[in-house]
Amino acid sequence: MKDITERFFEGDRRALARVLSRIESGNPTGREYMRELYPRSGNAHTIGITGGAGSGKSTLTGALAAEYRKRNFKVGIVAVDPSSPFSQGAILGDRIRMQSLILDPGVFVRSMASRGTLGGLAPTIDDVIAAMDAFGFEYILVETVGAGQDEVEIAGSALTTILVNNPGTGDDIQAMKAGIIEVADILVVNKSDLPGADMLASQLKALLSLAPPAEYEVPLLSTIATRGEGMIELADAVDNHRAYLDSSGMLQIRRKDDARHQILSIAQRMLLEHVRTGSSESKIEALVDEVAKRALDPHTAAAKMVADSVQ
Amino acid sequence: MSAEKSTQPKVRVLIAKPGLDGHDRGAKIVARALRDGGCEVIYTGIRQTPEMIAEAALQEDVDVVGLSILSGAHLELFPRIVEQINERGLDDVTLFCGGIIPEEDTEALTRMGFTGIFRPGTNTQDIVDFVHQAVLVDK
Repeated sequence: MKDITERFFEGDRRALARVLSRIESGNPTGREYMRELYPRSGNAHTIGITGGAGSGKSTLTGALAAEYRKRNFKVGIVAVDPSSPFSQGAILGDRIRMQSLILDPGVFVRSMASRGTLGGLAPTIDDVIAAMDAFGFEYILVETVGAGQDEVEIAGSALTTILVNNPGTGDDIQAMKAGIIEVADILVVNKSDLPGADMLASQLKALLSLAPPAEYEVPLLSTIATRGEGMIELADAVDNHRAYLDSSGMLQIRRKDDARHQILSIAQRMLLEHVRTGSSESKIEALVDEVAKRALDPHTAAAKMVADSVQ
Repeated sequence: MSAEKSTQPKVRVLIAKPGLDGHDRGAKIVARALRDGGCEVIYTGIRQTPEMIAEAALQEDVDVVGLSILSGAHLELFPRIVEQINERGLDDVTLFCGGIIPEEDTEALTRMGFTGIFRPGTNTQDIVDFVHQAVLVDK
């Protein structure tokens, strides 16, 4: 076991891949690795890339990574796709859009399944990001599952969140609703060569102008990720946002928010596990039957289960 | 949707199409069947070089690599893929292949390390069972 983390810190990519698997499975070995790795993380800039299914997130992630490679930075990519709610299986297909990066030793792409987590990410995403960070990637790009209006979790895991929009997806009232648009640090209109792109850009611009004046103004950029167009500006916008985080003191606030969020969500998982293992299978099934028959309400059933586990 | 299942280690499978033929329906059917069989399938798409396949297998830390080929170039391409995989030290990966593969090539492929060869007409459940069995033996 010592062996693998040693290799990890020597920059062995196979060791990184193995460590990520152990972390993802959430077993004690993974937690032991985290104890060693976590103190060595905190140097990378993490960028969340979110947006609707088909908005071009994967292609844009690949194109932005290519821009960072031109600037000589090492890039880790974590791409999340949904797990099946029925089989728990998944098809992880984001690599298809990142073919040109695959043989670049300065890039490491890891696909993750959401494994039942809502919010567009995966349960162990923060650990995976921290591991890539500790491995020495300078930028870590995290691509969420195709997000709708409410998948805002990414803003907790990334320092800069890019929201990818594409033309033909609704009027400006859609964009005015609360939710995902509020967490964006950078707005992108991708596929900006398609009809409707100018209209979308002006709607988003109008929307941004409704916001009260602030120290940091969310920029709006147009890109054509398939051709790499707009990536210089996008990478610059990320650096600009990072500079703002540094100079305003927001970085420290975000890091503390992130730490708090991580502690609480891990504690929540631990408690759930504790409750689950604290009740016997047959007891849980009995409660399930009662609630399904309406003989018992789910609140009382849950309270019974929790009471059982703390005895 | 049961919670018990989700705590088990997930089987990760890479499905790739080496070479130049672009007919990926077979690969997609297998990927879909494995997904429905509870696996996490990393699908790389068509026209993968041996280096790309081996590198993806490394980065994704897969348990199993499945190759789909219809062009007849398997005896040229597969040894190079196996070589690339071994070069990266991925010695515990299970290999299987499918597609248009003549019976007389079975022995050569087995010697290369392919423990499963699935031809047209295979029941997809057999492939799912093969993958789960392979990982079980491995772990």
